[in-house]
Amino acid sequence: MLLLVLRRVLATVPVMAVVALVVFLMIRLTPGDPAAVLAGDNATLDQIQRIRANLGLDEPLWHQFAAWVGQLARGDLGTSIFTQLPVTTLIGQRVEPTLMLALTTMVFSILVAVPLGVLAAWKAGTWIDRLIMVVAVVAFSFPVFVLGYLLVYQFGISLRWLPTQGYRSPFADPWGFVRHMTLPALALSSIYIALITRITRASVLEVLGEDYIRTARAKGQTEAKVLFRHALGNAAVPIVTIVGIGVALLIGGAVVTETVFNIPGLGRLVVDAILRRDYPIIQGLILVFSLVYILINLLIDIAYTALDPRIRY
Amino acid sequence: MARAQTLPEEPVRAARRAPVLAFVRRYPVAGLAALILGLIVLAALLAPVLWTVDPKALAPTQRMRMPSAAHWFGTDQFGRDVWSRVVYGAQVSLIVALAVATISVIAGTLIAVVSTYIRWLDGLVMRIMDGLMAIPGILLAIALVSLSGASRLTVIMAITIPEIPRVVRLVRSVVLSVREEPYVEAAISVGTPLPQLLWRHVLPNCVPPLIVQATYIAASAMLTEAILSFLGAGTPPEFPSWGNMMAEGRTFFPIAPRIVLIPGVALALTILAVNVLGDALRDRLDPKLAKRTGGLR
Amino acid sequence: MDLTRRDMMAGAAAAGAAAGLPGGALAQAKPSVLRVVPHANLQILDPIFTTIYISRNHGYMVYDTLFALDDQLQPRPQMVDTWEVSPDRLRYTFRLRDGLAWHDGSPVTAEDCTASLVRWSRRDPMGQRLFAIVDKLEAQDAKTFVMTLKQPYGIVLETLGKISSNVPFMMPKRIAETPADQQIQDTTGSGPFMFKRDEWQPGNKAVWVKNPNYKPRAEPVSSAAGGKIPKVDRVEWYTMDPNTAMNALIAGEVDYWEQVTPDLVPIVKQAQGVKVENLDPIGNMGWGRFNHLVAPSNNPLIRHAAMKAVNQEDYLRTAIGDPELYRVCKSIFPTGTPLYNEAGVDMVTQNQADARALLKQAGYNGEEFAILQPTDHPVLNPFTLVTAEALRKVGFNVKLVAMDWSTLGQRRTSREPVSNGGWNMFHTWWIGGDVINPLTGVGFAAAGEKGWPGWHTDPRTEELRAEFAAAATPEEAKKVAAAFQARTYEIGSYINLGQFFVPVGYRENVRGMIPSPVQFFWNMAVA
Repeated sequence: MLLLVLRRVLATVPVMAVVALVVFLMIRLTPGDPAAVLAGDNATLDQIQRIRANLGLDEPLWHQFAAWVGQLARGDLGTSIFTQLPVTTLIGQRVEPTLMLALTTMVFSILVAVPLGVLAAWKAGTWIDRLIMVVAVVAFSFPVFVLGYLLVYQFGISLRWLPTQGYRSPFADPWGFVRHMTLPALALSSIYIALITRITRASVLEVLGEDYIRTARAKGQTEAKVLFRHALGNAAVPIVTIVGIGVALLIGGAVVTETVFNIPGLGRLVVDAILRRDYPIIQGLILVFSLVYILINLLIDIAYTALDPRIRY
Repeated sequence: MARAQTLPEEPVRAARRAPVLAFVRRYPVAGLAALILGLIVLAALLAPVLWTVDPKALAPTQRMRMPSAAHWFGTDQFGRDVWSRVVYGAQVSLIVALAVATISVIAGTLIAVVSTYIRWLDGLVMRIMDGLMAIPGILLAIALVSLSGASRLTVIMAITIPEIPRVVRLVRSVVLSVREEPYVEAAISVGTPLPQLLWRHVLPNCVPPLIVQATYIAASAMLTEAILSFLGAGTPPEFPSWGNMMAEGRTFFPIAPRIVLIPGVALALTILAVNVLGDALRDRLDPKLAKRTGGLR
Repeated sequence: MDLTRRDMMAGAAAAGAAAGLPGGALAQAKPSVLRVVPHANLQILDPIFTTIYISRNHGYMVYDTLFALDDQLQPRPQMVDTWEVSPDRLRYTFRLRDGLAWHDGSPVTAEDCTASLVRWSRRDPMGQRLFAIVDKLEAQDAKTFVMTLKQPYGIVLETLGKISSNVPFMMPKRIAETPADQQIQDTTGSGPFMFKRDEWQPGNKAVWVKNPNYKPRAEPVSSAAGGKIPKVDRVEWYTMDPNTAMNALIAGEVDYWEQVTPDLVPIVKQAQGVKVENLDPIGNMGWGRFNHLVAPSNNPLIRHAAMKAVNQEDYLRTAIGDPELYRVCKSIFPTGTPLYNEAGVDMVTQNQADARALLKQAGYNGEEFAILQPTDHPVLNPFTLVTAEALRKVGFNVKLVAMDWSTLGQRRTSREPVSNGGWNMFHTWWIGGDVINPLTGVGFAAAGEKGWPGWHTDPRTEELRAEFAAAATPEEAKKVAAAFQARTYEIGSYINLGQFFVPVGYRENVRGMIPSPVQFFWNMAVA
């Protein structure tokens, strides 16, 4: 087991190297000049060129890449061209809201979707099943930001039940956190609820056909016990898989949700950086996001072995 | 005489039609979805004759009018006719969906097939694919579009690139499993040339899962285009797309929600239709996949 | 990677304490807080290094200026107590007020001021012009410094009191000695507020606290001049997109929104407890800037055709909408400023037949006319759409090149031909304060390839600017300004898109807003 983990961790190194190269090349080979943005609207060409030279953007590409990799090796993600703050500091400032949004969304989605999926499987073929499935597809088809604005309009502006934007830390202001997080988490979880409901339904349906379920039923176990202990327990593997896939989607969704609800998270940081050509932030953040994705998938692979003793590497 | 000639034709035609008919009978919702999708495609194709005006024409004195006989869906913040823009907007969404699905499927298949048969390439290609897959697709797309300039082509490429690794993985798994099949092993042992082997035995096995995958790629491409537009990195806004209509109109949501909701509903409806169709196709063509994923990817 | 992770943890803990909107409810002795949505995201703290307006506004919080313009755009002393001009107009002696101190407590000296002026003069075009004729600038004693000129210059005080980017802000000598091409790190100033670097979260939040030791002037506040009294304990800026800002203001989650997007004005106006008001007497001037180097816009006849093809009010109606928030203004100087005049305005009066005739005369053959389109900009995007439509109507082959506003900032520096990523036109705007005379406007200068994008070269324009700088009386200055305007239109420098105002939105409990082209936060209070 330990060996397996070690091997998988080592395997992430070449993948991260690919990510670093792709990100670096993509950014440097496309047009865009942070110096022009830095200098401002009234700046003359002369001024812009001097700033370019100061930032080292005139140096050959391989030189810039080597410098960046050297920095990374020292655990340094670089310094924002604009704010002159270290990228790690900027990430530190923004990591909590994104993490909280992701966690809340995940927990909420699983709490809603798993029972719904089990219900749909149990009532397979009835109108309840169809209704749940139709709602799931509709939710999956509606863009997050449209849903977000509908929620803001209804609950923030018309009814004034909840704040329309912003973020509060759960450690400083738990009630404020709940109030601020409700709408974004609701909007963002629509996709996951759809996704997890469907996978749960399918997995449970598959398991329900198996012999041991019939045996359990024949032995007179209650339906709830059959569903939740036997069926769901054995359907855990695919559900965990989809949660893993969801992480990638979640990062994309968080970018949009953070924009709609003005949450000071990593998603907005990276979008702002892209629009401004703040190269160190873009490079650093995409690298961090990719690392998170890889690590979560690694954890999931390990979770498989724990959940399903039949899987061996 | 004439009657005698026509009679036997009936069952033949019915039989030829049967797969489609049977499909619709078995998946009535999918039939409805196909109908809706067909109508949307038709609207996109016939946009100029569907009582539309120039979707780009500004009318500073006609800003944000309510729906009327002249403007069925009202006008937007620049006085442009919303009906015309929605109809023309279908073109962009459908072109993006179709292009992304086609290009990613073809490119992914090529990469997968080539790399599985040229061993030394396999490791390298798969590492690159793993790397691409690890980068959140939406970020990759935003970066590609906003860094290389908004045009329809860059948007299509930006949405396509993150999809390719998934196609590669799918095709690769099919290819690897097909290679173990006795009839393929037999074909290899009698020295069937590689291209023929791929064309005859491998590719046909890839087609059903790829068709299913393509529908999901198409649906998610439309959604991604809308998100890119929303974040200011979408198709050039001069020509309307549902995504950039929503992005431009969102500021006016509180006073004129229809400017956002009309293209939003059109988009949701189209994606819904494609998803439903994809589900039904998957049940039909690839029952194993259906079981594994429970529907959506 | 270990270091990184530790850093991130530490950062997360700090963010935990500080993240999000004001935790006002939690504080014990409740400090007064003004919660503001600024017009842009504050990313650069050095208002000399960059001309970005938001950095200038930050500059006004933490720094003070020697002179400042009042609401009549006349220079008044600010840090300066008394000054003397020698009879030959060559020697200016300035004496600083008593009690001026940096945020760290040390006194403001004359040497600090001369060092600050030197750094500013390396960046600012007006500063460069002034320093081209400065013979000597030196401190005489701790509070007095002397500026000696090689020749008389009409607008020394106007230049030192320049209201908009780059503003000659005073900084301690050790900071002012940073090369002008490098950003400063230290935000120590002598202004009415102090920047809280530890609470700064770029893209989200920036905080200033009251400078308890600030010594305001005795005169009443008047635009940038007069007594700058900080009346709140904290000013907090929260960056958000317009829609979110509107919702937050209506819901009372912020107190003040610096620039209400024109389209949202009607909605914000209707909201309970919120007021919308235009505080800017001169507003902004829209520009459609031609590229004078690249075909087909390098042909003056083509530029004139474009100027004749458009109708100014179409721009204002489309982009701004509310007639109270725009003014048709055919002068290159904003309505309501001293140099406003009507010389040569028939050049910018729509006549589509003339436009077609001019195109024909120019031998225009349907060459691509590329206009850069900043799709994320609420005012410039519609400006661009209006131009595209008007030019197409008279026969231009317009190609819109879509991009975000910051990309545009880069693309417009390209001097390549259109076929190679170049451009013929882009739209921008200046705050009125930037274009009140022929010298302040960076875009007015005919500095050719060294100048501002568009790069027109015209010796006559430069002569007129020099004449303006040397003008001895206001009457003479006005005459030169009118000739300058006529010349600007004659060479087809840019299309004048008119004057527009961006109002502020605020909760009813906010007091003490200062009418001015620039947003200031002193004198403002929350009841």
